[in-house]
Amino acid sequence: MTIPDKYALEALHINKRFGALIALNDVSLHLEKSTFHALLGENGAGKSTLVKCIMGYYAPDSGELMIEGKQHDISNPRHAHQLGLGMVYQHFTLIPNMTVMENLVLSRPHLPIKIDWRAERKSLQERIAQLPFQFQLDIPVSRMAAGEKQKLEITKQLLLNSKILILDEPTSVLTPVEADEVLGKLHALTQEGALSVLIITHKFREVMTFADEVTVLRKGNCVGTATVKNVDTQQLAKMMVGTEFVKKTLHRQPSLAQEARLEIHNLKVNDDTQAQAVNNLSLTVHSGEIVGIAGVSGNGQRELVEALSGQRCTSGGEIRAHKQPYQGRREDMRKSHFYCLPEEPLRNACVPAMSIAENMVFRNFDHLPFTRYRWLLDRRAMLHHARELISQYKIRTPGPHVPIATLSGGNVQRAVLARELENEVDILVVANPCFGLDFSAVAEIHDKIMQVRNRGGAVLLVSEDLDEILELSDRLMVMSGGKLVYETIPAQADLATIGRYMAGQ
Amino acid sequence: MMGRLFEPIVIPFAALLVALLLFGIFITAAGADALGVFESMYRGAFGTWFSWQNTLVRAAPLMLTALCTALPARIGLIIIGGEGAVVVGGMTAALTGIVLTHASPIIVLTAMAFMGMTTGGLWIAAISALRHYRGVNETISSLLLNYIAIAIMNFLVFGPLRDPETLNKPSTYHIGEANMLTEMGSTSIHWGFGLGVIACVALWVLMRHTPFGFAVDITGGNMRAAKLSGLPVARLMIITSLLAGAAAGLAGMIEVAAVHGRANSSLNANYGYEGILVAFIARHNPLAIIPVAILFGGIRASSGLLQRDHDLPDASSLVLQGIIFIVILASETLYGRFSWLRAKEKTV
Repeated sequence: MTIPDKYALEALHINKRFGALIALNDVSLHLEKSTFHALLGENGAGKSTLVKCIMGYYAPDSGELMIEGKQHDISNPRHAHQLGLGMVYQHFTLIPNMTVMENLVLSRPHLPIKIDWRAERKSLQERIAQLPFQFQLDIPVSRMAAGEKQKLEITKQLLLNSKILILDEPTSVLTPVEADEVLGKLHALTQEGALSVLIITHKFREVMTFADEVTVLRKGNCVGTATVKNVDTQQLAKMMVGTEFVKKTLHRQPSLAQEARLEIHNLKVNDDTQAQAVNNLSLTVHSGEIVGIAGVSGNGQRELVEALSGQRCTSGGEIRAHKQPYQGRREDMRKSHFYCLPEEPLRNACVPAMSIAENMVFRNFDHLPFTRYRWLLDRRAMLHHARELISQYKIRTPGPHVPIATLSGGNVQRAVLARELENEVDILVVANPCFGLDFSAVAEIHDKIMQVRNRGGAVLLVSEDLDEILELSDRLMVMSGGKLVYETIPAQADLATIGRYMAGQ
Repeated sequence: MMGRLFEPIVIPFAALLVALLLFGIFITAAGADALGVFESMYRGAFGTWFSWQNTLVRAAPLMLTALCTALPARIGLIIIGGEGAVVVGGMTAALTGIVLTHASPIIVLTAMAFMGMTTGGLWIAAISALRHYRGVNETISSLLLNYIAIAIMNFLVFGPLRDPETLNKPSTYHIGEANMLTEMGSTSIHWGFGLGVIACVALWVLMRHTPFGFAVDITGGNMRAAKLSGLPVARLMIITSLLAGAAAGLAGMIEVAAVHGRANSSLNANYGYEGILVAFIARHNPLAIIPVAILFGGIRASSGLLQRDHDLPDASSLVLQGIIFIVILASETLYGRFSWLRAKEKTV
């Protein structure tokens, strides 16, 4: 029996198709009032589609939406806002060069022609004081850390009087500490009865720690809803992927004789504002090992990776590959078998409008077998080459000639991986390789990285995902303030200590 | 493969039709007979062998100036300095011709072409060097350099290099009739047209079928990916701009060697600016520049007829060009929207 007011939000028997693809198949979700409800599922399971149907971005093909027990046809996001639904996205929707106050005021649907900033400030201060997150109103958003921005996004929704808050992977850009703080505060708000929360996530830890209930989707079907108290991680993983989830132990061969492959001496790199981001950093990576660099984002990791990949000039120090000075020229890369898997591969490593085949030959288009008569390109060889890599790396695509931008994130990552690993790899720099990818893709990519190490490659792994680093690395370092501040080996790692160094203490 | 070719042909063609329709409305509003005007334009541009020759002669510099915008655009630079490169190239070519008057014509013409291409090339290469090393916006600097080039030429033709016999239109001395670029066969089309076609085809091969062109496309498509692949970004940009400027410089040399025999204000007859239009309509593809340049050569060739037969101002053809440009730019947003324009893609 459904008691009319028990649920804040109900989605009943939702169906949604995109052409031949069934995105949602008779999915139902019940969000109880004042609870913290997690929506769990692999990439492509239909979580985002469901949420977009609720928020009015998509019209479901059939099914009903009930809010506070009343049926509504939500036709657009504005309508959803009026009904008290608020949404926080994975990526920020704030305007970076405006201040906190300007962002908060401008988010209101009806603004007067002339804004009385003094009155706005006063009312904002009063209202924010009653909310869990506090801000300085006058700093521009661009100067805030990711965690602060996410708090601001949430506060924005709370100020708009949202009673139901939907969050789409809100913690993917946050550090564990920031994530815990944000989710903890949200959880407290639900307990006070002020809010009902529906959160999309990949992370079991967050579900187990903060959620009251969890609904699991798999391939467009609703697998079930459970009370978090009554399930464990194994059961959830089983619901999510369909088989018993065993944490796959990667095959790690004992390292052989080690020689220094990548040496970094007193490296200095500036960020976009010409402030020093990497500060006299020294590091050696040997053959047959993975060195993992952990750290909170924004501590110079991006600049370090960009300097190593040739995307950013260094302002001091030296990089040596195979004991030779390395300047990131094409000949250097080829000679030292130096490859790189940067984060956000579509932005950093691909030309989105070019075909997959073209994107797959960036490393070697100027050499045989892709040249003919020395000076001409052989496009047929490119297509042939792409077809081989596509089947070898199981890249899902209509063919080698479609623009790479039309592939899903996991398949773009596979395509870049295929390109970077197809030749002999002596040195590999990897940054956040599994950002936003699902289980199976993550396992595959980890496996490939481990294979490079087992074949004697030197791997530098820079990642914001501590679990990934603990799983893959032979040595682990923590980067903070542009320096390496702590080194340990994963077997002896103490999470509390690592956390302390990550926090810069 | 057909799908990829189909869209870039159908959309600009449809856009041209829309532009002609809008121009027809404009003509009607100006009180002339639209159909009659279109008929005259066709007659003036492509109606007879005589008008064809007129058209092709005007298409020659357009092809070369279009290359000046198209090549840098492929590497991500929007350069509108073709006009300046034409003036600089024509000016130095004329100087070379004057200095070498008594050498044999083949040497004079080769030296003129060499000087025109070198100076035009350096003119545009300097713009991209400024862009790469000092962060100066290439679009603005190339536009402003046009005025500087014209000012330098005016200084020279009004001052030290003025042939006192040129009264109405101050010009440099003549390079000598014997040294003029000749016509192709029995036509009245000078060799500039041949050179233009050769340049377009050669640069198309370079851009589409060589590793150099591929590297340029990577850099223009995503600078970060180019750096990741270790491509010499600065060198690619400067070489591309050098080639682009050389094409426009050659256009200036041809105007001097085949048409005027002197450098004067006829060099800045808007070929540089019209080339920008041609390049955008051809979507920066050197091969597509050839037909588009011929079309625009035709518009130019027919503008006199509009004035004579329909009493429309000479500037009417500029109005048409403006309309075409705006409609073409607007049509850029249509790419990828029509799934039926793409052939079914085979699955592997």
